Amino acid sequence: MSHIVIIGAGECGARAAFALRERNFDGQITLVGAEEHLPYERPPLSKEALLNGLEPKLVSDAARYADAGIEVLTGHSVEGIDPAGKTARLSDGQILAYDRLLLTTGARPRPFPGLSGPNHRIRTLRTHSDAVAIRAGLQPGAHLAIIGGGFIGLELAATARKLGAKVTLVEGLPRILSRGVPAELSAVIAARHKAEGVEILCGVTIQELSEGPDHARILTEDGRTIAADMIVVGIGAVPNVELARDAGLVIDNGIAVDAHLRTSDPDIFAAGDCCSFPLPHYGGRRVRLEAWRNAQDQGTLAAANLLGAEETVSAVPWFWSDQYDLTLQIAGIADGATQAVWRHVAEGTFILFHLDIDGRLIAASGIGPGNAVARDIRLAEMMIAARVRPDPVALAAPGTKLKTLLAA
Amino acid sequence: MSNWVEVCATDEIDEEDVIRFDHAGRTFAVYRSPDDEFFATDGLCTHEKIHLAEGLVMDDIIECPKHNGRFSYKTGEAKGAPVCVNLKTYPVKIEGGSVFISVA
Ligand SMILES: Cc1cc2nc3c(=O)[nH]c(=O)nc-3n(C[C@H](O)[C@H](O)[C@H](O)COP(=O)(O)OP(=O)(O)OC[C@H]3O[C@@H](n4cnc5c(N)ncnc54)[C@H](O)[C@@H]3O)c2cc1C
Ligand code: FES
Repeated sequence: MSHIVIIGAGECGARAAFALRERNFDGQITLVGAEEHLPYERPPLSKEALLNGLEPKLVSDAARYADAGIEVLTGHSVEGIDPAGKTARLSDGQILAYDRLLLTTGARPRPFPGLSGPNHRIRTLRTHSDAVAIRAGLQPGAHLAIIGGGFIGLELAATARKLGAKVTLVEGLPRILSRGVPAELSAVIAARHKAEGVEILCGVTIQELSEGPDHARILTEDGRTIAADMIVVGIGAVPNVELARDAGLVIDNGIAVDAHLRTSDPDIFAAGDCCSFPLPHYGGRRVRLEAWRNAQDQGTLAAANLLGAEETVSAVPWFWSDQYDLTLQIAGIADGATQAVWRHVAEGTFILFHLDIDGRLIAASGIGPGNAVARDIRLAEMMIAARVRPDPVALAAPGTKLKTLLAA
Repeated sequence: MSNWVEVCATDEIDEEDVIRFDHAGRTFAVYRSPDDEFFATDGLCTHEKIHLAEGLVMDDIIECPKHNGRFSYKTGEAKGAPVCVNLKTYPVKIEGGSVFISVA
C-alpha cells in the first residue's frame, strides 16, 4: 500500500495520520481539510478560547506534520469520491488516487428548521471562525439568546456570563441536558446557571427566529417575543455524510461502519463524529458519538485497521463538559439501566452509577468543582469495560476506594 | 548542587497513588509505585496545566484527570495524544521514613 488519503482535518483525521506513522506506515499520507487552519481542538471554542484570545489550539504544529511526512491540504474540500477508480476529487479540480481512504468528515450544527441564511445575528458554533464571530458580539451588557440546553449552549452561556453578557437560554424540553444526562446532574447545572444570572426558559417551543439590523428575535409559540443582540442556535449536530452517500456507501445515522470502522466499501474506513458503529458492552447497538476522546480513539484504531490490523472498537464512551468551575464527566451509556446508585463525594460533588438488570455497571455520571470526580469516573469506565458487577452498597459508600471494586 | 526538600512521611502516600506537593511557588506530583518506589514530576499536565495529583496512577503511568493524557511518571515521557510534551522529573530519596525530592 502506498497512498492513504484522509478526508477531514479535525481531531480524528489528525490523530489517524500520526497513528499511521506510529505504526511505521512509510507510504504517502495526505490529510485534506476544508477549513483554513491546521487541525485544532474544538472543545476550547465554547470555553477558554472565547475568554482568552482566539488563537486556535492546534492538535500539532506544522513542524510535526512535516517531520512525520504528512501532507496537509488545508482549505481544500473533497467534492467527490470514485470508489471504483479509487480517487477523490478536490474543489480545485485536483484528483488524488488512493489505496485506502479514511473519512473523518465530522459533523456540522443542525440548522434551525425553516431558517434561511446568511444571518449575522443568528449563528451556530462549530468552527474557529464561528467562535471569532460570536466573540465579537459578546460585549459586556450585550444580550445573548441561546437556543438549546445542550452542552455547547450551556458552556457558551457560562463563558458569555464571564464576559459580562446578559444570557437567556431557551430549551424546548422540560429540562436542560435531557439527552444522556441524569436529571440529578442537570438540576445541579441549571441551578448554577441561574445563580450566575442566566435566564433559563424550559418547555418553550419556538415558532420563528428572525433578524433585523439591530436585533435578532425569537417568537415563541405562546406569543412571546424575546429580542437579543445575538442568537446562537445549539440544537445538536448532523453528521457530514453527503460525500459517502454520493459514493454509494451505506448510511445509517452517520456513515455506517462495522466494529473495525470499515464502511460498506472494503477500502474505505470512517471514524469520529461522522460515523455510526456497533458499541460493544451495550449489545452491539449502533450509535454515533460526538465526543473528543472518541474521535482520538477511533482515529488511532482506524489507522491500525487501514494497515490491516482488524482491531475492534472497545472503548467505553467518555465525555466531559466544563461550565464555570464545575466539571461534569460521563462514562458509558445509562439507557436501559434498572438501578441507580448515588455516591456522595463531597459537598456539591457526587457520582451517579447506573447498573443493568444483571447488576453490571453500565454508566457513571459525576459532577463537582475542578477534577473532583475525575479519578472515580475513570475507574468506573474501567469497571464498565471489565463488565464488573459491583456491590451497590460498596459503590455508594464514600469510603470505598473504587480501585478495590475493579476486580469484583 | 542538589537541593533536597522533605515532602512527607513515606506512609502518607498510598501504594500506586500520587500526592500534590507545593514548594517555593512551584508545584510537584509525588508518586509511590505499585512496587513501592517513589518518584516526582512537575505537578501540571503539559496539555492544559491541570494538576496531575487528582489523576489516576496505574502501574508506571499517571493519567491526567482532565482529558486522560498519559505520562510515565518514572521517566516523564508523554505517552501520546493529547499530550506531546514530556514532564520534567526530579530525583527522590528516602531517609528516616521520609520522602525527599531534589528541586534544584
Ligand atoms: C464548541 C464545541 C465544544 C466541544 N466540547 C467538547 C467537550 O467538552 N468534550 C467532548 O468530549 N467533546 C466536545 N466537543 C466535541 C468534539 O470536539 C468532537 O467530537 C470532535 O471535534 C470530533 O472530531 P472529528 O475529527 O470527528 O470531527 P470534526 O472536528 O468535526 O472535524 C471534521 C473536519 O472535516 C472537515 N470536512 C468535512 N467534510 C469535508 C470535505 N468534504 N472535504 C474536506 N474536509 C471536510 C470539516 O471542515 C472539519 O474540519 C465539542 C465540540 C464543539 C463544536
Ligand atoms: S490537561 Fe492533561 S490531558 Fe488535557
